[in-house]
Amino acid sequence: MKISLAPIGYFWGKKAVYEFYEAAAESDADIIYLGETVCSKRRQLKLDDWFEIAAKLQDRGKEVVLSTLALIEAESELHALKQLCHKAADQGYLVEANDMAAIKFLSDLKHPFVAGAALNIYNARSLKVIAEAGAVRWQPPLELSAESLSDILGGYSNLGESEKHPMETEILGYGHMTLAYSARCYTARAYDYPKDQCKFICLDHPQGMKTKSQDGLDIFTLNGIQTQSGKCQNLLNQWQDARKRGVDVIRITPENDECLNIVQQLSNAIKAGTSSVLPITEQHCNGYWNRIPGMEIAEV
Amino acid sequence: MELVCPAGSLPAFQQAVDNGADAVYIGFKDNTNARHFAGLNFDDRKARKALDYARSKGVKLFVAINTYAQEANWQRWQDSVNKAVDFGANALIAADVSVMDYACEHHPDLNLHLSVQGSATNYAALEFYVDRFNIKRAVLPRVLSLKQVQQVAASHKVDVEVFGFGSLCIMAEGRCYLSSYMTGESPNTEGVCSPAKFVEWKQEGEVLESRLNDVLIDRYQPDEKACYPTLCKGRFETAGKTYHVLEEPTSLNTLNILPELQKAGVKAIKIEGRQRSPAYVAKVVSIWRQAIDKMNANPEQFETEAQWMKELNGFSEGSKTTLGAYSRPWQ
Repeated sequence: MKISLAPIGYFWGKKAVYEFYEAAAESDADIIYLGETVCSKRRQLKLDDWFEIAAKLQDRGKEVVLSTLALIEAESELHALKQLCHKAADQGYLVEANDMAAIKFLSDLKHPFVAGAALNIYNARSLKVIAEAGAVRWQPPLELSAESLSDILGGYSNLGESEKHPMETEILGYGHMTLAYSARCYTARAYDYPKDQCKFICLDHPQGMKTKSQDGLDIFTLNGIQTQSGKCQNLLNQWQDARKRGVDVIRITPENDECLNIVQQLSNAIKAGTSSVLPITEQHCNGYWNRIPGMEIAEV
Repeated sequence: MELVCPAGSLPAFQQAVDNGADAVYIGFKDNTNARHFAGLNFDDRKARKALDYARSKGVKLFVAINTYAQEANWQRWQDSVNKAVDFGANALIAADVSVMDYACEHHPDLNLHLSVQGSATNYAALEFYVDRFNIKRAVLPRVLSLKQVQQVAASHKVDVEVFGFGSLCIMAEGRCYLSSYMTGESPNTEGVCSPAKFVEWKQEGEVLESRLNDVLIDRYQPDEKACYPTLCKGRFETAGKTYHVLEEPTSLNTLNILPELQKAGVKAIKIEGRQRSPAYVAKVVSIWRQAIDKMNANPEQFETEAQWMKELNGFSEGSKTTLGAYSRPWQ
């Protein structure tokens, strides 16, 4: 079982990003995803900066994947995406495709990619289509249960695809889940700023904006155009179940300094073969994996 | 510009046809379509009747098989595609690549439309679907500004259809999992959002509470109009304020920009609302028919009529309409 670090989903300043990856280079994470996946206005780091970090991490033995923007609307975003895909292909980095546009560019380049969770692969035949386009790893939709994942991987194998197009599976082990993407920026809206004059207010919210129901339940986390879960998904203690079902990579989302400790704890548990990584608290949820509403906690 | 109208029942279907639809879209009675509501949609017999009626009036019939097929029940989606082909639908509206892959391989002559649930928001994504599945039309998600719609249409990768009127989904369709986060059922898997069976109304003194799977979506004072608790349209608290954090109860209405959409090269306008009554379908379709005819007669002088807007507002969530993402300030 490998451990990956998701791209930083929140808007952090350039210094914080560099410091984080400096520390991540020392961590037990096997795979590190890099890049801006949420908002094209978040440009503290330029494309060359990301490739500079990528090179450093690769030198330290990490597998590096460049991640693409998930919601691509403007012409300029499409051009930036194309540039990223070409540069990654030139330099031999995998790309995490988070929109079909990325798959279009990467399959034209015959360059392998990781299919992101928002691409909606719900069955083995869809996985086959994506594999034929060049996917070598995929992330199931967040709302899929463990059983559904087993069904898909079983189906993929029955189609004879496991040999023809070997496919790694990666699931989100720890982090707030991105549950929706919109044209509207909810962070700017919270400040009554127009999206086009947002004053980069997301920089003030390095862990997003907590949103509660009127009776105090953590319901959402706002992150620019993303609506994330109010609770943090925690499947860490179920990593052995995940492995049994064919999961190859467990992903952890960088949200704060604690994240690299969690990587360490998971790594220790994997080495020791124990299931107790991090206890589930009221801040957590694990519903989707256990076939109940995503926000809920299943007894495991 | 083609007017594509919804029908969740045979009477609604007939109203859509009688009031000027160029095409009517329907779904079968299961979770293969994105409006999988109790008492709605078409069994074989009713679908056949609908088709006969459409044919007799020269109107097209589209079938939406636009949820995402789950592995354990994949056969259901395959059977639905075959059924739509067998009975002679003019087009299949699909979102799942496996459904399109199957349709394209086994029924190469079938017109494939990419559903809004496919979430293709740019022309490179559309190119993927054209290259791979030979789609003939794409319905664009309600996240694009007018300028962005113009850019996608101008790329001429494929014919473009956009939403004109109805419930406003404020997230990129097909990529919203909020409903399953709260209830376990989502548009992608079950063809539902904020399903009615999880809705609860509670009177707490003067205050009326709406809940979805026990999560408080909104509280209404006696003088406020209560709305269905669609989870993205509730009042929540962030940064010390309680407000409609995501969106207010409102509907989409693009009547005001109809000529711009036509000029952009948009080939079809879709009316949302397979869950609506025959009376609703009749009125909304009739207004849009009049509007398109008026525009075609004299595009330069087109103006919406106050009566249309008033009636459409009356049919809208919160009795309000918006241009949504088509208008940049909304974003």
